[in-house]
Amino acid sequence: MPGNLFAFEFLRNAVLASLLASLACGIIGSYVVVKKIGFISGGIAHTAFGGIGLGYYLGINPLLGVIPFSLGAAIAIGLLGRKAKVSEDTAIGAFWAVGMASGVILIGLTPGYAPNLFSYLFGNILTVPSLDLWMIALLDLVIVTLAWMFSKEFLVLSFDEEYAEVSGVKTTLFYLLLLSLIALTVVVLVRVVGIVLVIALLTIPAAIARLFSRSLGGMMLIASLLSALFSLAGLWLSYELDLASGATIIVLAGLAFLLVHAGRLVISRLRAR
Amino acid sequence: MSSQEIVHCENLSVELGGVSVLSDLSFSVIEGDFLAIVGPNGGGKTTLLRVLLGLQKPSAGSVRVFGSEPGRHPGKVGYVPQRLFFDRDFPLCVSDAVLMGRIAMKTPFRHYNRADRQAVEESLRTVGLSSLANRRIGALSGGELQRVLLARALAGNPELLLLDEPTASIDPSMKTTIYDLLDHLRKRMTIVLVTHDTGMVSRFVSRVICLNCRMVLREPPAASAGGSVVEEAYPYQVDHLLHHAPGRPESGAIS
Repeated sequence: MPGNLFAFEFLRNAVLASLLASLACGIIGSYVVVKKIGFISGGIAHTAFGGIGLGYYLGINPLLGVIPFSLGAAIAIGLLGRKAKVSEDTAIGAFWAVGMASGVILIGLTPGYAPNLFSYLFGNILTVPSLDLWMIALLDLVIVTLAWMFSKEFLVLSFDEEYAEVSGVKTTLFYLLLLSLIALTVVVLVRVVGIVLVIALLTIPAAIARLFSRSLGGMMLIASLLSALFSLAGLWLSYELDLASGATIIVLAGLAFLLVHAGRLVISRLRAR
Repeated sequence: MSSQEIVHCENLSVELGGVSVLSDLSFSVIEGDFLAIVGPNGGGKTTLLRVLLGLQKPSAGSVRVFGSEPGRHPGKVGYVPQRLFFDRDFPLCVSDAVLMGRIAMKTPFRHYNRADRQAVEESLRTVGLSSLANRRIGALSGGELQRVLLARALAGNPELLLLDEPTASIDPSMKTTIYDLLDHLRKRMTIVLVTHDTGMVSRFVSRVICLNCRMVLREPPAASAGGSVVEEAYPYQVDHLLHHAPGRPESGAIS
């Protein structure tokens, strides 16, 4: 069966896109989970909708519009929180809604019909053109390289930020860099699960992986594998049952999350007896 | 005095949200000192430590650490926080946590190497935690965690060790262990300790500062002088500071 599936270019692209996205997702998702910045990530992702609107308006690939919007949102939310003493929560709320609003306005200003809009919101991995695949691969390379280069700074920043500061680590700079990597990961994931669902794929695989890891590196590996598992299984299920692929991936991940925690609860109850 | 002056504070004042926390504080720490800062809660002890670390800017006066603004020589300063608020599920083992103590001496782009790992092994040996090197950090007891934080500070071979209430959350027998350890370390480095253990410190330290916004006492009192000056600093009854153990350095000159 998988043999036939692979014969189609769109399926090959879908599988490659899932695997590439899973790598970025496992690495950056682990930081999102241990540093507890899931909602900043959600804010960055939703602000990125403005970028999709910009892409339609300018008549360019919407993913190209997403890059500046998500990076801008990451740096603005980070700086407002760190330097302007705006509560991060407030900054996230404002950017989240304003980003989506500007997307809606830009799409409304674009003459004619906006094709594939739904696929940017909720993902459609079966329609990844080869050009987008190259872009995802390039972003993946940037994310993996930077995360590897600054792994010791990101670790101390996630574990004990005050100690990082005392040790002379430029904490604000590395925090903004981490948020920027989240922004790029959002771009990578938009094709797979869409802007609205990105936050689930950034957090669920890493949250499950944390339960079974003794080091951040191990957590990233397990999270990447889980993310790949959810994406490929979701892709197959959506193909077989004719369901929306992004939503199927997320529902699978969510079910796995519930099952793992229910399993842990049962095991700890049994041990307590 | 031939020893080098490591910390120098002059007329230091700190305000937090309009409230004066420290006012007009002048003192210095000389190489080889083992200085205890005692005083009641809210007396500004932790704030003083944060100023020395460069985490808190003074509102007036001057502070010099190793001759520069605080925070300029992270590689020379080891810091042991009072408590570490972290996620018990954080996927990190003890030796990797201690490895963070080496980050001040690494440039970005450089990963930890064999020398760093050796320094970690050595500092875990010093605090007696070698057997727990691979234990998950979330599985440690309060006393073990405190020693991990000390090992982390020691891994960087600091010249000045700053400790914030290292015995606040541990049982009495472990307290003695920590003080014995510090007594051993004072031969290698200058130590500044913030603490509540007014009874315990006098046995070990060379000098005491009592803080209740203002500095009340700077020299360790002679045993006969008793705690009257300390009581001035505290709003409640405290253990008297008795200077035990003859043969320990009595005091350094205070500027």
